[in-house]
Amino acid sequence: MELDAFILSRIQFAFTVAFHIIFPAFTIGLASWLAALEFRWLRTGNPVFKNLYKFWVKVFAVSFGLGVVSGIVMSYQFGTNWSGFSDFTGNVLGPVIAYEVVTAFFLEAAFLGIMLFGWNKVGDRLHFFATCMVAIGTLLSAFWILSANSWMQTPAGFEIQNGVAVPTNWFEVVFNPSFPNRFAHMVMACYLTTAFAVAGMSAYMLLRGRRRGRETGHTLRMEGARRSLSMATAFAAIFAPVQIFLGDLHGLNVLAYQPTKLAAMEGNWETQAGAPLLLFAIPDEEAEENRFEIGIPKLGSLILTHELDGVVPGLKEVPAEMRPPIWPVFYSFRVMVAIGFLMLAVGAWSIWLRLRGRLYDSPAFLWTCVAMLPSGFVAVLTGWFTAEIGRQPYVVYGLLRTVDAVSPVTAGAVAASLAAFVVVYAIIFTAGTYYLFKLLRRGPDEHEVMPGQTPAERPKRPFSAAEERLPGREGGRAPAE
Amino acid sequence: MFGYAEGLEGLALWLPLIWAGLISLAVVMYVIMDGFDLGVGILFRPAQRENWRDRMMISVAPIWDGNETWLILGGGGLFAVFHLAYALLMPALYIPIIVMLLALIFRGVAFEFRFKADSSKFLWDNAFHYGSLVATFAQGVVLGTFVQGFTVVGREFAGGTFDWATPFAMMTGVGLVAGYGLLGATWVVMKTTGELEMWARRKAYRYLIGAIVAMAVVSIWVPFLGIEIEARWFSTPNIYYLAPIPLLTALVAFGIWRTLENERQYWPFVLSICLFLLGFLGLGVSLFPYIVPPSVTIWEAANTVNSQLFALVGFSIVIPIIFGYTIYVYWVFRGKVPETLEDSGYH
Repeated sequence: MELDAFILSRIQFAFTVAFHIIFPAFTIGLASWLAALEFRWLRTGNPVFKNLYKFWVKVFAVSFGLGVVSGIVMSYQFGTNWSGFSDFTGNVLGPVIAYEVVTAFFLEAAFLGIMLFGWNKVGDRLHFFATCMVAIGTLLSAFWILSANSWMQTPAGFEIQNGVAVPTNWFEVVFNPSFPNRFAHMVMACYLTTAFAVAGMSAYMLLRGRRRGRETGHTLRMEGARRSLSMATAFAAIFAPVQIFLGDLHGLNVLAYQPTKLAAMEGNWETQAGAPLLLFAIPDEEAEENRFEIGIPKLGSLILTHELDGVVPGLKEVPAEMRPPIWPVFYSFRVMVAIGFLMLAVGAWSIWLRLRGRLYDSPAFLWTCVAMLPSGFVAVLTGWFTAEIGRQPYVVYGLLRTVDAVSPVTAGAVAASLAAFVVVYAIIFTAGTYYLFKLLRRGPDEHEVMPGQTPAERPKRPFSAAEERLPGREGGRAPAE
Repeated sequence: MFGYAEGLEGLALWLPLIWAGLISLAVVMYVIMDGFDLGVGILFRPAQRENWRDRMMISVAPIWDGNETWLILGGGGLFAVFHLAYALLMPALYIPIIVMLLALIFRGVAFEFRFKADSSKFLWDNAFHYGSLVATFAQGVVLGTFVQGFTVVGREFAGGTFDWATPFAMMTGVGLVAGYGLLGATWVVMKTTGELEMWARRKAYRYLIGAIVAMAVVSIWVPFLGIEIEARWFSTPNIYYLAPIPLLTALVAFGIWRTLENERQYWPFVLSICLFLLGFLGLGVSLFPYIVPPSVTIWEAANTVNSQLFALVGFSIVIPIIFGYTIYVYWVFRGKVPETLEDSGYH
């Protein structure tokens, strides 16, 4: 394999987008989590929620900052490295991405300022409004960028004129066949990623509290850790099964529109009826077969076609040069699915413990939560490896091959930029992780909530009862602020 | 339209003009808004005291992200409606763009990391300063390269990797550093008090001189680049319409000087923005209607009418809303920054 501008650009794009996706995957979930915390604080006046908010908003700020700076890189890379792609898809995807900028990025960026720095400047309800705007912004952003990505997987609503794609029906472009599934699957993935990060962090706090002999303490910090562990594991218990269902729907969509990708995911070489579900195998691309296959007979067909003897397409349907690389697709798909089922198991375990009132007391469960902290990130990454590598050799499925999309830039220039990205991202990732762990180690501050904000001394609850508002104070601001 | 869009009529004629206006608006918004917060970064190391640096950073921390979003709109908008220009310009400007992006990464993360750091604070002071400086210089280089023009064959950039590395582009790079420095210094004047305000005032004079010298040198240099810009400026009757631009520029520069001297709070910043607007107007007059000078016009680079219309519908609705809440956020954070970090309301 020659390291030309094409290969280097692919490595660079894969590296920068994989780095980038970690942060939005986290902040999409965190923004909604923060909105939920602030809502409960306004509802109940319980300082534990404000304390949690003030802690998680710091984590959010660091992650969001890393997401923004690595995201700007993405918006320029379509042009710098993939001008053939930009030229071919510009009429269609240009406006879709522009909609993301104007409906999502500005909203997030503007209200983020109020969210982070506005506590003393605006009333509580306006602050909550800002948090909601940021949360909505993250979801709108996911909506548009996943629409664009889905169009690259299942293009629709266009025709080819003078060698470039020209839109004919915008509704079909935006809501192209794989978009609704992908959007639901990805948003759920972001929420689960956050739920497991929050659960892992809370479990860590509880374990540390136990070690220091404070497990019975009713400090704000311990109470916060219990509340957030409870909220996060409840979310996981309900939505991990939903996610598996959504993933199955998504798989059916891949079968319908991208059969070659599906064959690579399943490691299925021959088109066959009653295909097995492979749990493990070592695909051999030279020999066009698998080694060390361990599978469950007929289950593959059952899952994909809902019939025991349904026909599942094989890789050999297309010539070797039109197939994606099998290994990364096959294995990353399996890692993603395995994590999905692990999440399901942890969710079920949490229900069992909760029913016995032991959710906060089982060290084995708490340690499992700590171990599962990064699981969502791994699942998101491996899911995207499956989707994107599985689309190869096309960049726009069936229409534009990746090799035809590259810019007329020199290998030297791309090698230099790739090296620079690796070095810079390594630095900021290390620093970001360091500061995040510094925050996590310290945990929510015991003193961040002033004595004047305890429920007893804080009669007004802006959301629960308007008549409780005291005259002469605006927006439910606590006197201590 | 001025002999550039023969045979076009209706939407095919007007949409690219509207979009050229909107993209220009995005670029102007970016240059002014990120200009002053990059300028604050340029002033960061020279501001030796820790407390000064804290206050300078707090003055832009709540709004920088929104400011930088205009840069994404500039790139995204180009992709949205002039995707051919995007596909031509980005490879041609590969190295300056990548350098700018990397520099923006360093300064962007510095906002969060600096407030979280203890012993490593100096690292993020430097990241913020040099990131801002290098990003500004790279943007100036992009500007200079744009004025020089690009080699295009068919629908592809056909020049070399280092076409941007000319003395002229280096000059515009330095010029933009002075310009953003001026915006940053006058912003600090407006947003701070006491010794820091006085210090920023003194800095503002220097950057003003730098910016004016740079504008003059660029104006004199351009006729020697061998492009047809000077004919546009110096032929009659154009010269009568266009003469007010340099005259007004001189007047505005004088105004900045006087308002700095008279210890006015807002005027130096407002007039610095006017200086940038005039510079941009001059650039527009010089380059219109080329979006990839000197060969591709806005009509040649435009997307299909359908594509431009779809984007325009959304923009017409959303851009006023963006202006609305952006103004609101600036209003929330109006006024002088407190003298100590504890009072600043940092999360």
